[in-house]
Amino acid sequence: MDDIPPTPSPISRRNLLGGALALGLLGSGCSIPVDLGSSRTRVKYWHFLGASDGVIMNGMVGAFAGENPDLFVEENVLQWGEPYYTKIAMAGSGGRSPDVATFHLARLPGIGPGQILDPINLGLLAENGLRPEDFSPPIWERAHIDGVLYAVPFDAHPMVQYYNTDICGKAGLLGDDGKLLPTRGTDELLTALRKAKDALGGKPPLVFDTLGLGTVGPWRVWWSLYPQSGGTLLSEDGTQITIDDAKALEALTFMRTLGEEGLCNTTLDYPASVAAFQSGIAAFLWNGDWETTTFKLAEMPFSMARFPSVFGGDSAQADCHVFVVPHQRDRDPEVERATYRFIASLVKNSADWAVAGHVPAYLPALERPEYLALNPQSEYRSVITEVALDPQVWFAGSASRLWIEFGGAFSSVISGTRTPEQGLAVAKDALRRLMTTPNPFPEEPR
Amino acid sequence: MTTTVTAPATAAPVTAARAGRSWTQHGLLFVAPFLVVYVAFLVWPLLLGLRMSLTSVNIAGSNDRFVGFANYAQAFGDPRMWNSLWNTVRFTVLSTIPLVVLGLALALLVHNLRFMRWLWRLSFFAPFLLPSAVVSLLWMYMIYQPSFGLLNNALGTDVLWLGDPGVAMWSIVLTTVWWTVGFNFLLYLAALQSIPEHLYEAASIDGASAWDKLRSITLPMLRRTTGLIVVLQLLASLKVFDQIYLMTGGGPDDSTRPIIEYAYDTGFTGYRIGYASAVSYILFVLIVVISLVQLRLFRKREESPR
Repeated sequence: MDDIPPTPSPISRRNLLGGALALGLLGSGCSIPVDLGSSRTRVKYWHFLGASDGVIMNGMVGAFAGENPDLFVEENVLQWGEPYYTKIAMAGSGGRSPDVATFHLARLPGIGPGQILDPINLGLLAENGLRPEDFSPPIWERAHIDGVLYAVPFDAHPMVQYYNTDICGKAGLLGDDGKLLPTRGTDELLTALRKAKDALGGKPPLVFDTLGLGTVGPWRVWWSLYPQSGGTLLSEDGTQITIDDAKALEALTFMRTLGEEGLCNTTLDYPASVAAFQSGIAAFLWNGDWETTTFKLAEMPFSMARFPSVFGGDSAQADCHVFVVPHQRDRDPEVERATYRFIASLVKNSADWAVAGHVPAYLPALERPEYLALNPQSEYRSVITEVALDPQVWFAGSASRLWIEFGGAFSSVISGTRTPEQGLAVAKDALRRLMTTPNPFPEEPR
Repeated sequence: MTTTVTAPATAAPVTAARAGRSWTQHGLLFVAPFLVVYVAFLVWPLLLGLRMSLTSVNIAGSNDRFVGFANYAQAFGDPRMWNSLWNTVRFTVLSTIPLVVLGLALALLVHNLRFMRWLWRLSFFAPFLLPSAVVSLLWMYMIYQPSFGLLNNALGTDVLWLGDPGVAMWSIVLTTVWWTVGFNFLLYLAALQSIPEHLYEAASIDGASAWDKLRSITLPMLRRTTGLIVVLQLLASLKVFDQIYLMTGGGPDDSTRPIIEYAYDTGFTGYRIGYASAVSYILFVLIVVISLVQLRLFRKREESPR
């Protein structure tokens, strides 16, 4: 699973709901026995894709293994969120890390590139047929720190709107083509939600993760809405807070309205929100694109659309999956070659990866007919140019302190225990605190 | 005959033991295996942690600059450190009282029951055998879950047991009491069983009521056990981490984050090991102070009757 909230407790959400099935399927991938004494080159790969997208990843690794019998990829699925980054940091610092790991792009500045991560070997990248111009330019640029490439982009996973086609049809929200009629602005969206609420007999039509352990749903929704009106969080260099209070409050007040009017369920944590949509209790789910396979497997009537435009713009919160090479003291050149062959194979086949819902960052994959034929995955691909990425500071990125602080502050705004003004004040305090906290990985030569 | 033969034989080991007494008279040889482990895994890390708390070292072991007491200065000016310290103290007070009182009450109950005692003993003690993860998941998903949990359904309420800052700590305390009261219960039960029966018989002859016997015999005879239980319980509660980390992660709004989790968060997810060490040392000092106060109180109490 992807960007589910960074839960320090873990087992729980994943295994109990979304993950139980996936982990079962992944059984073989989770712990491939270490193939010692074999002549095959072993590539150790760590990732956190534990739910429905993990099934796809496991298939891709299997396909690579089938094509490359001389290589052995040891796939290790770890828990998503803060603990994952702690493990990478500790492995990288010891210099005995996996050969390649999946990472979130926005976490790059916070993890001490050059200390925990090694730079990407451009020669080997080119040797395996990956060229810089094949990647989405803004993402490729963000993969550099001070001009050095530390990550190979894989995908972008934006916030999207899942909708139940049965309920929306009953509420009269679908067009003649059976697709959701797009809404513009607050009024149109509220009207649509009210209709869906009526169709559901008065139950909240919209669900997203609004509370719970380390909830980040409120941050994701706010970071989708607020940038639509042109709002920013920090100055370019990350030293000044540039929050526009009026615009920030506008977005927060709207989120409060959703809770207050009973248009959005305010008592669901991440797995419960996914379960509520899957069981047809709700008409809409706002979430990242990675639950696509979950609902496909459930064979339920659903489709997906871009996150609605509410405050002028069309942006939606997003982060990107990338591949990184954690620091190793003695890197075996043969393993390094194999590692890049593996990375290149995954990136070039990212049209397969798109089945999981993610939008490939590898541009040739976006043109592939098999990608364009994916439904509903290709419905929201246009968002790729309008993603709201995190500010480029050390405390940002998936499951970061920034997300958790803002998620917690805004969670209580949606439920009504805080006013939007109070919520914003709490968030700004947290932001100021994060900015005064010294970066644990200051720039220094190793 | 045999005695004459054995006499020198026994004499030899005695002299050997005498020769070695200077070395073993403090039992150093016997405790050496323990001491080695103790120094390697407690004393040495303790000193290492103290040194770390004076540097800005990160999780990768780099950025290892000496910063003096800057970490401590920052910690004392850090509202979240104080908040988490307060949460730990609050949890300790809220949990210790019911854990001691309830432990005694349950022990008295079982002690006076005459049928199926093993069943009551087992059912009160069984939760203590569960690992923290099992307890946390059980309560999170079976009992506290807001929409389909046992508690809201039974009471017909709509409370966010773990999601409301005003309620979450009480929920954690309730879970903890259920989980660990069995240990205190067992200590009390053992102590109750060791009170001589003749005291009660004598009291009965004197016409003492059940309440008199409890007040004048049972409770005074349990005083030492109570002292032990209070000490153990305070130390255990001050070290609270598992169930809070698993059930709320310190939330909502930091209302349940104990200081150990704050040290963990700043160290392992914030990567600032130096600062986390300083926070740990603040807790360390607190625990030492409380232990010393307790020791003093006990010594006084034990000496006073004389």
